[in-house]
Amino acid sequence: MSKQAGILKVIHAVSELPNDPGPDESLFDSGALDSFTLPDLVSGLEQEFSVTIPDSDLVPERFDTITKIEAYLDKRAG
Amino acid sequence: MAFPCSSFLRSFGSALPAQRVDNEALAARTGRDAALIASQTGILERRYAPEGLFVADLGLEAANDCLSRAGITAQDLGLILFSSGSAERAFPGPASALAARLGLTATPAIDLPIASAGSLVGIALAADLAVRYGNILVVASEIMSRRISDADPDTAILFGDGAGACLVSRDSGFARIVDSALYTDGNSADTLYLPSGGTLQMNGLGVIMHASRKLPRAIGDLLAKHSIPPADVEVYLMHQANANLLRKVATTLKVPEDRFFSNIERYGNTSSASLLIAAAEWWNAGTTPIAGPIILSAFGAGFNWGAILAEPTRP
Repeated sequence: MSKQAGILKVIHAVSELPNDPGPDESLFDSGALDSFTLPDLVSGLEQEFSVTIPDSDLVPERFDTITKIEAYLDKRAG
Repeated sequence: MAFPCSSFLRSFGSALPAQRVDNEALAARTGRDAALIASQTGILERRYAPEGLFVADLGLEAANDCLSRAGITAQDLGLILFSSGSAERAFPGPASALAARLGLTATPAIDLPIASAGSLVGIALAADLAVRYGNILVVASEIMSRRISDADPDTAILFGDGAGACLVSRDSGFARIVDSALYTDGNSADTLYLPSGGTLQMNGLGVIMHASRKLPRAIGDLLAKHSIPPADVEVYLMHQANANLLRKVATTLKVPEDRFFSNIERYGNTSSASLLIAAAEWWNAGTTPIAGPIILSAFGAGFNWGAILAEPTRP
């Protein structure tokens, strides 16, 4: 599974979004994420990608689009 | 196990302004849908203080309620700790005004301008200071309605006014304060702040991200330190920030939601007062003996957060 596919899997697990958001579409503006699903997204990403996201990285803007999330995960992995 | 604290929760008190502001009124002011406000926050109405009422005035009502329920007078106090993030003056804060209105002229009265976690910090400090000062009155009073702007609906819909008080005693009480854990991380100070002369600035997403992780961690670590499973806690008394946040903390701790006392639907977020108002309502309504451990916990600007563990003295 590609990283973007894994991110989409987590997004759909925490939100009721009917369609896949575009890679650069704001997940907040589209309604996919809000203040209550965002923490679940972070937990879901940690589980899906076996990474630990430290508190210092809990900045909403990092998780605004699939592209940004992918870039962040790449950075954590690197 | 040797516990670091040896003091008691003796009584709680509260004071709420009479004016009720429902979601329809907020919708008219902010353009937000009333039903959405309810579903997104769990808040149905909040209270607003009338013009001319000050933070110390509201705190005085809560203080008198708390002292009356404890059966003592202000003259029996050794120390006052006053939490407020919405006080009218930078200094002196409302602590000294409250002491004066209680008729005290030499009892130390210290301000804790910490906002939402202030009352938790106050009780934690009082638990350790009671051995020196005896009866310590922790008061939290907030008039948040004067610190919000309708131009920022995300924030305006959340907050209300109110005050709470807690008497911490060296000698006796309904619950012994077993331990506390306080934390500060100033790296996110710009996520939630009140500029001098301005209105509340809050990045709600950022606050929730941190609170939903730090609160259960603080509670879980404190309980684990004392070998208490979260499910064994009788009641969780929390800062009433948002109903969904309380649910999230309960889910993370794997505890039924109904263990988390909630009155946010009636008062909204009253910042540091909310923990004590919730505690007062829970304690004053108690018709059955308290059988299990009690957790108090809060998270707010700073970020400051933490938890307090207490156990009933008469199980």
